[in-house]
Amino acid sequence: MSALVDALLLNAGYNAALVGIGAALLGFAAGASGTFLFLRKRALVSDAVAHATLPGVGLAFILMVLLGGDGRNLVGLLAGSAVSAWIGLLLVEAMARRTRLSEDAAIGAVLSVFFGAGIVLLTVIQTMSQGRQAGLESFLLGSTAGMLFQDAVVIAVGGSLAVLVTWLLRRPMTLVAFDAEFAAANGYDVRRLDLAMMGLVMSVTVIGLKLVGLILIVAMLIIPAVTARFWSEKSERIIWSAGLVGAVSGYVGAAISASAPSVPTGPIIVLVCAGLFLLSLFFAPARGVAAAVLRRWRFQRQVHRRQGLLAMARDEAIHDPLTLKVLRREGLIRPDGVATDTGRAQAAKIARDERRWDIAREVHQDAGLTGRYDGLTPIETVFTPDEIADFDRRLARPVPVAGSGARGGAA
Amino acid sequence: MGAEFVQFSLTPILIGVFSAIACALPGNFLVLRRQALIGDAISHVVLPGIVVAFLLTGTVAALPMLFGAAGAAVFAVILIEAIKRLGRIEPGAAMGVTFTALFAAGVLLLEQSDTSTVHLDVEHALMGNLESLIWFKAQGWHSLLDPVALAALPPELTRIAVVCALVAVLTLVFWRPLKISTFDEGFAQALGLPVGLIGFALVVVAAIAAVAAFDAVGSIIVIAMFICPPAAARLMTNRLEVQVAWSVAFATLSAVLGYVFAGYGPLWFGADNAVSAAGMIATVSGVILGLACLFAPHRTRIGVPQGQE
Repeated sequence: MSALVDALLLNAGYNAALVGIGAALLGFAAGASGTFLFLRKRALVSDAVAHATLPGVGLAFILMVLLGGDGRNLVGLLAGSAVSAWIGLLLVEAMARRTRLSEDAAIGAVLSVFFGAGIVLLTVIQTMSQGRQAGLESFLLGSTAGMLFQDAVVIAVGGSLAVLVTWLLRRPMTLVAFDAEFAAANGYDVRRLDLAMMGLVMSVTVIGLKLVGLILIVAMLIIPAVTARFWSEKSERIIWSAGLVGAVSGYVGAAISASAPSVPTGPIIVLVCAGLFLLSLFFAPARGVAAAVLRRWRFQRQVHRRQGLLAMARDEAIHDPLTLKVLRREGLIRPDGVATDTGRAQAAKIARDERRWDIAREVHQDAGLTGRYDGLTPIETVFTPDEIADFDRRLARPVPVAGSGARGGAA
Repeated sequence: MGAEFVQFSLTPILIGVFSAIACALPGNFLVLRRQALIGDAISHVVLPGIVVAFLLTGTVAALPMLFGAAGAAVFAVILIEAIKRLGRIEPGAAMGVTFTALFAAGVLLLEQSDTSTVHLDVEHALMGNLESLIWFKAQGWHSLLDPVALAALPPELTRIAVVCALVAVLTLVFWRPLKISTFDEGFAQALGLPVGLIGFALVVVAAIAAVAAFDAVGSIIVIAMFICPPAAARLMTNRLEVQVAWSVAFATLSAVLGYVFAGYGPLWFGADNAVSAAGMIATVSGVILGLACLFAPHRTRIGVPQGQE
């Protein structure tokens, strides 16, 4: 445990600190740029992009060796992966636009075919005698053990640039994500913005290859955005909290992996992120599962309370066990089922409000006001005291005896 | 086409063809239902399933592995559905969250457990080992009639052949309900067909096909075969019967050509090592799809004149 604390406080050595900061930066960039993909309902495009990097890595390696260089030059490999990812993206776009195949088929086709071609190239490389190919497979699942200062610089600079571009393009990209036609009508070039968004995702993928690998980078683009969505309705806030979720996952994941040597970094970062997602799914306010269950529970109680009180006002017997329980707990009836004084007062008030609502719906044809009648909204929250007094006056005229049973049937 | 071919190439090619067909058949319906990426999700979660099965049983026997993988696939499908409903999240994102997290868990389990001593690693899971499934006992074509030699066939061949036959039979038996519920869910419901159940059963069959193929050829080929042959076939015709026939033809062609190119292609260029057969099969299926996208007769949407969007 103390090893983990050390790692979290950046005390676990130079290399671990480097990886931790690099992972946090990458997580932030991936979370923020992945949000647009999620909002545009194209989360899985990142899957195609990530898999499409592999043949580029292989080709770049072969090319660099043929030119007499060291095949493992990181910048060269990343440039190759960027080119092939971009080609893959354009193919997905072209297939979805020009043929009748749907986008998901295009994504699946590109990801499997490019990955297959990449695997073929890897086996070609394995048979090459020069170039010191060892470690090229680490692009599949990432490897941080061998992370050098140079790699960390690539991640830091690239990640910061990606965040900057995200910040600059946040407004037009949000607009396109929510309503592409409106954006187009406002003079934005939707296609170009889409390509910019994809370019951003592609750069984050390429930057992340070394750290988490091409299969798991998809997780860093998708999961933070989905997680952040639980916490807010505002797009701007979702973008930055997704970045935060990604950064925390990257940092904590890297720390865990630094403190326990046999734990690979990429998967643990993804699992930390998935843990944050599960927490949000269940416990986020408003959109979480727990909140929804609680809301349903409260609503059910409210309905039962009201129906029970209305029945009391009409002097009807209550049989429903849940209604009895709710009324008893609030002290509206005694354990033997007889109404208490408060219960009777509440019942009278609810019966009266019900009649007020009837009048209100006759007087105000305005659905904006009376449309809020759902049997649970107190009438005082919709109408002013003056208006309610007016309802009472009208109530008094056609029904001289305002007894509890008089209009009870209609209520 | 002599004895050497029978010994070294016949069984891998057959296994490749059976895998491709077993995946392409359900793939037709998945592509039409816009669920093509279910295949992607399934093939990713097969890994944790296999690792868990290994940890529970301690052996690399085929049957527990298959059960583990199929269980994981069904678990993932249920999880995707649960996340979609509980969190009100769009299907693509729910799928992405599920399969990436489960795959990460699989890799972690694999690295943590003591599986490095047995033949179970991530690369094998991705790339398969089609090349190594050779028929040692074969001495030539006449071995096909020799019971002793036949008994030594790689067990993967029997398994994938059985699964392929099962998938084909199921597709034929449930042809009508599958077709109706794929094209017109409302009409299928009005007829009283259990639409939800049909959809789930389709995914389960796809999972069985994926797991059986995964065992022999790795996960990449599985995704490629689910999507590429049916997608290419979709561009060839407007009739489902014809589409399925085309997809089987494309799947077979990809498997045979892919294996031949991988095994013999490098020799033609003077290299002496074969390249990954699974990767090459996926690549060939992609080339076929690319050609279909460029030249197939029905590549645009119905009712849209050629040359217009």
